[in-house]
Amino acid sequence: MPDGPMIPHAAAPLRVNGQSLVPDLSGALWWPARRTLMVADLHLEKGSSFAARGQFLPPYDTAATLARLEAAVARWRPERLIALGDSFHDRAAAQRICTADRARIRALTGCLEWVWIAGNHDPEPPADLGGAVHEELTLDGLVFRHEAEPVRPCGELSGHFHPKASVRVRGRRVSARCFVTDGQRLILPSFGAYTGGLDVLDPAIAGLFPRGFSVHMLGRRKLVAFPATALG
Amino acid sequence: MDAPAPTDSALPAPPLPAPFAGWFAARGWAPHPHQLEMRAAAERGESALLIAPTGAGKTLAGFLPALIDLAETPREGLHTLYVSPLKALATDIHRNLTAPAEEMRLDLAIETRTGDTPQAKRTRQRKRPPQILLTTPESLALLLSYHDAAKIFHGLKTVVVDELHALAFGKRGDLLALGLARLSALAPQARRVGLSATVHDPDFLRAWLSKRGAADDPVVRTVLGRSGAEPEVEILTTKERLPWSGHMAVHALGEVYDRIRQAGTTLVFVNTRAQAELVFQELWRLNEDGLPIALHHGSLAVEQRRRVEAAMAAGRLRAVVATSSLDLGVDWASVDLVVQVGAPKGVSRLLQRLGRANHRLEEPSKALLVPANRFEVLECRAAKEGVKARTLDGDPPRAGGLDVLAQHILGMACAGPFDADAFYAEIRGAAPYRELARADFEDCLHLVAHGGYALRTYERFRRLVQDDKGRWRVAGPAHVRRYRMNLGVIVDAPTLKVRLQGGRSLGEVEEYFAQGLVPGDTFVFAGELLRFLGIQDMSVVCTRDKASGEPKVPAYMGGRLPLSTHLAERVRAMLEDPGAWDGFPEAVGEWLRLQRWRSVMPPCDGLLVESFPRGGKEFLVAYCFEGRNAHQTLGMLLTRRMERAGLAPLGFVATDYVIAVWSLKPANDMDALFDQDMLGDDLEEWMAESSLLRRTFRNVAVIAGLIERRLPGQEKTGKQVTFSADLIYDVLRKHEPDHVLLRATRADAATGLTDIGRLSQMLGRVQGRILHRVLDRVSPLAVPVLLEIGREQVYGAALDDLLDEGAQALIDEATAPALDQASLPV
Repeated sequence: MPDGPMIPHAAAPLRVNGQSLVPDLSGALWWPARRTLMVADLHLEKGSSFAARGQFLPPYDTAATLARLEAAVARWRPERLIALGDSFHDRAAAQRICTADRARIRALTGCLEWVWIAGNHDPEPPADLGGAVHEELTLDGLVFRHEAEPVRPCGELSGHFHPKASVRVRGRRVSARCFVTDGQRLILPSFGAYTGGLDVLDPAIAGLFPRGFSVHMLGRRKLVAFPATALG
Repeated sequence: MDAPAPTDSALPAPPLPAPFAGWFAARGWAPHPHQLEMRAAAERGESALLIAPTGAGKTLAGFLPALIDLAETPREGLHTLYVSPLKALATDIHRNLTAPAEEMRLDLAIETRTGDTPQAKRTRQRKRPPQILLTTPESLALLLSYHDAAKIFHGLKTVVVDELHALAFGKRGDLLALGLARLSALAPQARRVGLSATVHDPDFLRAWLSKRGAADDPVVRTVLGRSGAEPEVEILTTKERLPWSGHMAVHALGEVYDRIRQAGTTLVFVNTRAQAELVFQELWRLNEDGLPIALHHGSLAVEQRRRVEAAMAAGRLRAVVATSSLDLGVDWASVDLVVQVGAPKGVSRLLQRLGRANHRLEEPSKALLVPANRFEVLECRAAKEGVKARTLDGDPPRAGGLDVLAQHILGMACAGPFDADAFYAEIRGAAPYRELARADFEDCLHLVAHGGYALRTYERFRRLVQDDKGRWRVAGPAHVRRYRMNLGVIVDAPTLKVRLQGGRSLGEVEEYFAQGLVPGDTFVFAGELLRFLGIQDMSVVCTRDKASGEPKVPAYMGGRLPLSTHLAERVRAMLEDPGAWDGFPEAVGEWLRLQRWRSVMPPCDGLLVESFPRGGKEFLVAYCFEGRNAHQTLGMLLTRRMERAGLAPLGFVATDYVIAVWSLKPANDMDALFDQDMLGDDLEEWMAESSLLRRTFRNVAVIAGLIERRLPGQEKTGKQVTFSADLIYDVLRKHEPDHVLLRATRADAATGLTDIGRLSQMLGRVQGRILHRVLDRVSPLAVPVLLEIGREQVYGAALDDLLDEGAQALIDEATAPALDQASLPV
């Protein structure tokens, strides 16, 4: 069982390359053995990025994302947090973060070991917000990188694709963000407030799992697992 | 409410100038009095509202003064602007106007300008406008956003708005009213002319036409056309068994087919596109004579619709099965029977449809109403009486949409810098915005300028900036481009094209329906049975199919109009008065007598609620008669409240007349259950989750320019737009619940798919007047709604069901058990 609070936020643990990992309803992933929490694709300041082009999405996405992140941290009390890339929506995002949100990020990165994995949106995550920057990271047979590499699946944890899945219920389709795994590698859902998604049946995702996969969909109140064959 | 419009004393009309008098005389015609009166109003420089039935020569009446003025004083430049709700109508008027102008040898340029007008012609039209320009509200808005708008319009003499009764209500009306307010600023001398069918509230249209937005404006003259012969409305009394429920009236289509055979040309109106497909299929199954019968609805490919319209105009068809897609449009003098299959839903709508038959004033139009079930027999009778009494339905007047205002503000900034005070005054000249508060105007202005959020972090990304004189101007050409690409207030549900494999496009279905299809499924569309192959490049690809089985029929959002308040009142009065039951088909009379014996009739001035056990569940049936949209909302709120009271509600179903809720435990305190306070916290909570509200927000956000219809250079599917709009809705509700876009969303929710306004009035009306009958079994009047359970495919509600019951619980129940973690490949 996970070394953490028993709360409905978490589903039963799943195994990736022999490690036991717990998906969290927020979209974060908890690794009890190393007391490590993972999140992918925060896309901070996505709203202001659109605003710069004259499309004024509500400027509260960074605050909303940070609030959920703070809640996940409070829930699991990790010693280490790994943000799997695209933490910032664009290179200039860090400069646009308001003072209050900036302080919240510093408080988070200051209280535990914080790792920013570089992503395609943020190849050089900001240096002044705390935390260490890595292209990728390996720990106990798990590899942390932003985008899955087709040929090296073993123990890989990544983000990038914003996976979501759909199931048909009573002739209707219900979609939700999801974790995707085949036991070798795992792709996390996006954590950011305004991030859309790509269906897991799209070849870009499904092609990474030639032996089939299962998903954990993030519902409103709990996580639900499905084999790929149940999706559509 | 049914008083005729105030008739101003007829004005002495000056004699027609020679070419016009000669033109009428050569045809053996005399001008109608209202045509001359319209001219007299023009001579005095007054605006005019012409209310007349179809076939009364309304269009000529509207244009006659302009034609005379241009004949007497020929001059260059735009003289008359004509705005119609339909492109097709503008094209048709062009033809109908060009012919007499040529016959009178008037040297005039008359041109259309719509979304179909080629770019070169548009450019030329801006440099050298024709004397008469025929256009739509959207094309007018676009024209007004150009910096040379002042030059184009400064000499304008008349604006003619056609089908004003159809345009003035709703957001297109708001957009046009704002456009007219701008026109008045550019061309103060221009008079306004409104052409309308008979309406419930002529004062509303007078106010709409007034440059002050005021009904008592003496500058707007009301001109009444002669009314035509009384329509002959007949209700089909079927020889078949009259169904308890359902809307397709399949039982009666044999009889409808016989009428089509006897008539010259018949228009068969139905209420939804799904009905249109089924009725069309069934008529063709019966069509032993191979009569040319066609299909027309809003989801068919445009070319297909144009072909049907052309065939109709040429008299090559015996019947067309149509939805509201043919409520308005080009006149077809040759139609001699209108059939309404299913309930008419409102008197005004029925009259509009009747007007599509026989455009010769002196002959009555003939209509056949075909009720599909027992309640619809009552409704048809109510509608027939309503038509006879000419009591029309009226949409309650509503304030102009703040989302439309935001779009207009950006458009006017594109035209040139504006002073906020002057602009605010100009906007209040538009009737829908007459009561606009300065604070709301400022909120919209800031929404356009920088998003208008309390957290003012977007100041540096402004879309509008102020110059040194304090005037507002657009910050860059990219914003102008984006405005023009996103202009308009019609936001369609995301759709996919339906395409034959390797062949042509047949039309569009909502993406939502397409997602429910599995390869191999068959469905009926465009009058054909199709087999679904898959989705490719944003198209539903199919082949024709001959197989039997149960094909699906695409459902469409908002396909149904709710029963009008006025018709509901008539139905209620009819139920309460057994004297009114004479002449009903025997099955209906017996049904009502049984109800009186087993339970009680729903009272006019209260609310009957019946409760009874059935199949281990406790049913509650409320006879509200407020239309299905209001009932859907009521169902959501009732089940929430029953959940809290521990009654374990299991589901509900709503029709236009009643709502039924079933639960594990019976509800006893009806006064508490139906208390008005459900519109407080319960409503707020429900609004947070309702997919209908999310959709409403998305539309508001698109119109206001927060979300784009399509980003330049980026293909965005409708699905992705919905998705991100949902996320934005959640974040905005949480962080700034009073933001102007959420206020606009709530205002929209009062009507339309959630119809909260109507629900609220009903709850107020029945306070302390709830008649609760506890029965030991289902009552006769409750049978139809119970038969709808599980049969109704209700778009919005079903989606909400999924959300409300917890999608995940349903997923568990409906599909494979959760994956066993141990079985995962390692």
